[in-house]
Amino acid sequence: MKTLEKPVQQKAGKKSTGNLLTKLIKNQIFIPIAALLILVIFNLIADPSFFAVTLSQNSAGYPVLSGNLITILDNASELVILAIGMTLVTSASGGQDISVGAAIALSGSVVLRVLCGTESRPEALQAPIIVAFLVCCVVAMAFGAFNGVLVAYFKIQPMVATLILFTAGRSIAAWINNNELPIISDESFGYFGNFIPGIPIPTPIFIAIICMIIIALVLRFTKLGLFTQSVGINAESSRLNGINPEFIKFITYVILGLCVAIAGFIKVSRFSTINYSVVAKDIEMDAILAVALGGNALSGGKFNMAASILGAYVIQFLTTTLFKFNVISSALPAYKAVVVIILVILSAPIVRDKIAAIRKKLSAQKTTVKEAAQ
Amino acid sequence: MQEEVVLKLDGICKEFPGVKALQDVEFTLRKGEIHALMGENGAGKSTLIKVLTGVYQKDGGNIYLSGKPVVIRSTQDAQNAGISTVYQEITLCPNLSVAENMFIGRTKSAFTNWKKMNEDAKKLLESLDIPAKPTQQLGSCSIAVQQMVAIARAVDMECKVLILDEPTSSLDEQEVEKLFKLMLDLKERGVGIIFVTHFLDQVYAVCDKITVLRDGKFEGEYDASELPKVELVSKMLGKDLNALSDMEKPVAVSDSTDGEAPVFEASGLESTSGIAPFDFSIRKGEVNGFTGLLGSGRSESVRAIYGADKVLGGTIKMNGKEVKIRKPLDAMKLGISYLPEDRKRDGIVGDLSVKDNIILALQVMKGMFHPISKADAAKFADEYIKLLEIKTASPDTPIKSLSGGNQQKVILARWLLANPVYLILDEPTRGIDVGTKLEIQKLVLKLASEGKSVTFISSEIDEMLNVCSRLIVMRDRKAVGELSGADLNQSKIMETIAGGEKVYENA
Repeated sequence: MKTLEKPVQQKAGKKSTGNLLTKLIKNQIFIPIAALLILVIFNLIADPSFFAVTLSQNSAGYPVLSGNLITILDNASELVILAIGMTLVTSASGGQDISVGAAIALSGSVVLRVLCGTESRPEALQAPIIVAFLVCCVVAMAFGAFNGVLVAYFKIQPMVATLILFTAGRSIAAWINNNELPIISDESFGYFGNFIPGIPIPTPIFIAIICMIIIALVLRFTKLGLFTQSVGINAESSRLNGINPEFIKFITYVILGLCVAIAGFIKVSRFSTINYSVVAKDIEMDAILAVALGGNALSGGKFNMAASILGAYVIQFLTTTLFKFNVISSALPAYKAVVVIILVILSAPIVRDKIAAIRKKLSAQKTTVKEAAQ
Repeated sequence: MQEEVVLKLDGICKEFPGVKALQDVEFTLRKGEIHALMGENGAGKSTLIKVLTGVYQKDGGNIYLSGKPVVIRSTQDAQNAGISTVYQEITLCPNLSVAENMFIGRTKSAFTNWKKMNEDAKKLLESLDIPAKPTQQLGSCSIAVQQMVAIARAVDMECKVLILDEPTSSLDEQEVEKLFKLMLDLKERGVGIIFVTHFLDQVYAVCDKITVLRDGKFEGEYDASELPKVELVSKMLGKDLNALSDMEKPVAVSDSTDGEAPVFEASGLESTSGIAPFDFSIRKGEVNGFTGLLGSGRSESVRAIYGADKVLGGTIKMNGKEVKIRKPLDAMKLGISYLPEDRKRDGIVGDLSVKDNIILALQVMKGMFHPISKADAAKFADEYIKLLEIKTASPDTPIKSLSGGNQQKVILARWLLANPVYLILDEPTRGIDVGTKLEIQKLVLKLASEGKSVTFISSEIDEMLNVCSRLIVMRDRKAVGELSGADLNQSKIMETIAGGEKVYENA
């Protein structure tokens, strides 16, 4: 986000637009924007109706918006929320949390347990939804804190530390509900993952937007960003400047825990139940990819939150596009991988520097040609 | 000395965004010559070396080796052309043996003939009189020997040009002597040596020629024997040097303030770093210092004061009131600032901008939830960039792209902004050119005259004598003496460091 604030040099007309363009290309957020544009253009050419948004009746009889764009925004919600936490964790600890998928299963299971009690198909909710949500937040943050303690205070590599929950999370999720899959019949619970009656836009989109606003406010009105980046770049120097690097690392994992809770809550609400072993499978990889796609170094330090979030939407856009072209779901990862390789190579600083150098050369040639002509 | 030119640089230009690092620089190195490359920080020495070794690509100019133009695109190209470099920080592998380090990456066959390699290494080490065994692990050698091994490696690659980039900054006197002997040895063999250093005495001890750069421009090439030291300094600075004379000698803060309690007072302070418990105090407006050899515990002492190492025992009083310092933040809140010895490891936050680096300490003291506004941050940054004359393209430039001296100024700015009552400066002038050194010394005295207390540590005793009115002498992690007033002179300090015996007459 820092990079956006660079003062734009005010120079005569043409030059400043050129500068702006090079600045944009140099800017981290350029890669996810470019990727998004390519996907949009590709879909426009292949099938312009891809972008059609229609108002239709859903199964409950309400008029709701539907279309691929809505699907993308809707389905990307969990990923976007996770990408926010993952960006902070990456920045401060120079590593990633690979347990978020399992933790979503876990927090979802907690929600089911609180709402259903011991019955597997209760007639009425056993507790208010808000209580279930709060319990789920507490539990997910506790597991985040567990990861955080291992990483920050025991100095275990993030991937190894979070491997524990990655392995155990889904079994704990199943154990919480005695290996049963309770289903919630209460309709109001489904509002959070689907539609609120009378509002034609899926609720997860709103939840994701609220999360984005909150993180934007946090980054604007606190110096969490400066502190996490400082710790990620040079922990020892940060310590001597009075920052507590362990606590900063720890707190980013707790924040990611909160993100997991929200994402898990949406996931359960979508179907009023979850399957512990497949829910949010591989979502940790997508979340890490979103951070990388945003041009953030996975080794920590400086980050650009907006770019990460955009990265998450790009991933979902890609998935939906592939579905649209009838790629069977088992082949999906392979296609995805190809696109990812291209994007990641393009976003590597070494490639971007080269591109910038080539552009510079070209423009220099142009001016010399012009001068020669005059 | 033969007049055969091995290396000639002509009209070298290099530009970074916003800065012209090198403009039309020339440099000539002859066979069997030791040639000093001098200049202030940011004058372009490192950039020139990096262009020569292929780390940077030059924007203009030519490089000739033995009269033939060469193109150097990578460090590999430079090595093949016969240009070898030994950097300040050792770039070898400490966990491999000496012989392995000398031959690593140079054997062509897939298999290593260990016996032959060790024998070759032994021969070479002997011929250069380097006290190391081929099979010894490199990490177990002293820094000086490691550096010599790096040089031996370069020599064995039949280099014609050897670049030594600040090789002496982490060596003690005897080690420097050994290194000089090796350099003179190589000179006999006809190797041209480019020697980059900040120590003027060392330049005159071994060098034949001196090339001076200033502000990225070529200032001139001189015979070392014909250029007096004072003139060299004035060439580097581009002005006459009378800075020392107008510097006021600090007055020892003595009886007049005796009634007041010291700003900071510690007794029996002890930390995990293994220093003996020590007593220490500093008064308002006083500048004192810890002196002693490298590793004598002077840095560890101030780290204990600041809470940078875990404090095990002792009591601390500030202005007569007992306080607790358990971590750096405690010290900062009490108005203590600490500029660490190792700038790169403990000081800068490399990827952050100059501006963020300046406001960091103040921001931490205010807390995460009370951000300094963007306008204020920009104002602070501009103010201190101007005040300390920090050379940076903009306040948003990452600090890591600044030269060492300018990085140091940024860290200094950070702590000045925190407005401390007691400032600890551990080697603030290390690796910094003469001009900036004097500026920093003057600044310290100015701060003291404004009523701040300063503890100043430096490896250079001259510098300590310039600013300190009281010195605590450390030896073997113990405070062994305290000097002030008439006792503050070079020989007395040496005596105390050495332990009461007069070992050095004219050190």
